Amino acid sequence: MSASELFFYGAGALAVVSALGMVANVRNTVAAAMCLVVTMISLAVVFVVLEAHLVAALQIMVYAGAIVVVFLFVVMLLNLRRDTFEPPRQRLLKAAGTVLTLGLAVVFLSLIPTSLPTVREIPEGFGGYRAVGAELFTRFVLPFEVTSLLILAAVVGAVVLAKRRLD
Amino acid sequence: MIPLEHVIGLSAILFLIGTIGALTRRNLIVILMSIELMLNAANLAFVGFARAWGEQDGQLFVLMVIVVAACEVAVGLGILIALFRNRETVNVEDMSLLKW
Repeated sequence: MSASELFFYGAGALAVVSALGMVANVRNTVAAAMCLVVTMISLAVVFVVLEAHLVAALQIMVYAGAIVVVFLFVVMLLNLRRDTFEPPRQRLLKAAGTVLTLGLAVVFLSLIPTSLPTVREIPEGFGGYRAVGAELFTRFVLPFEVTSLLILAAVVGAVVLAKRRLD
Repeated sequence: MIPLEHVIGLSAILFLIGTIGALTRRNLIVILMSIELMLNAANLAFVGFARAWGEQDGQLFVLMVIVVAACEVAVGLGILIALFRNRETVNVEDMSLLKW
C-alpha cells in the first residue's frame, strides 16, 4: 500500500468517524463543532491526495478556520453549551427521516459504478495555485466576479438579520 | 492511485451522514452543520472527478461551492440569532409556524 493510499483511507475513515460523532452527539454542541473541524481537516488531507492542493488549503482556511469559528461564536453567544430539549414529540417523523435516508443510501451505493475511466497522467502543476488561478481569471472570470456580488449580499443580509433594531 | 469509485463511495457516505443529521436532529445549529457536511461531500465528489479526468473544472466548482457555503452560514446564523432573540430556543420543533 503506497503512502497516498494510506493517507486516503486513513483520512477517509477519520472523516466518517468524526462526521458520525457530529451527528450522534446529542448533548454537547461545542463537541459537535469540534468533530466538524476534524472532518474538514481530514477532507483536506483527502484533497491533497487527489491533487487538489489549492482546494485543500482553502478548505482548511475557509471551513476549519472561518465557518466553524462562526458556529462556535454563535454557540457561545447563545450560551448553548448543552442541549436541554425535552423528549421528541414527533417520533414518527424522525423514523420517517431515518427510513428515507436508508433508502437514499441503498440508491446511492447501488449507483456507484464499478469501473470508471481514470486518467493516470496529469499535467504538471495540476491543482496548484498557479494553474487553478489562471483558469479562475480567464475562463471562469464571470462566475468569479458574480461571487463577489453574492458575498456582498450575504454580508448585508447577515448584518440586517442579526441587528437588534434597524434605524 | 486511488480508484474513483472509492472516492465517490466516501463522498456518498459523508453525504448520507449529513442527510441523517439534517433530517433527525432538532438543534438548528447542528442541522446547519450537517448541511455543511453535505456540501463538503459534494466537494469531494467534484475533486475526485477532476482528478479522474485530469481536468481542473471540478476544482473551480469547489471554490464556488466553498463561497456559497460561507455565505449560507453567515445568513443562516443571522436568521438563527434573530429567531433565538424572538423565541428563546434553537429547537426546530418550536419553530414550526410555517409547517403545513
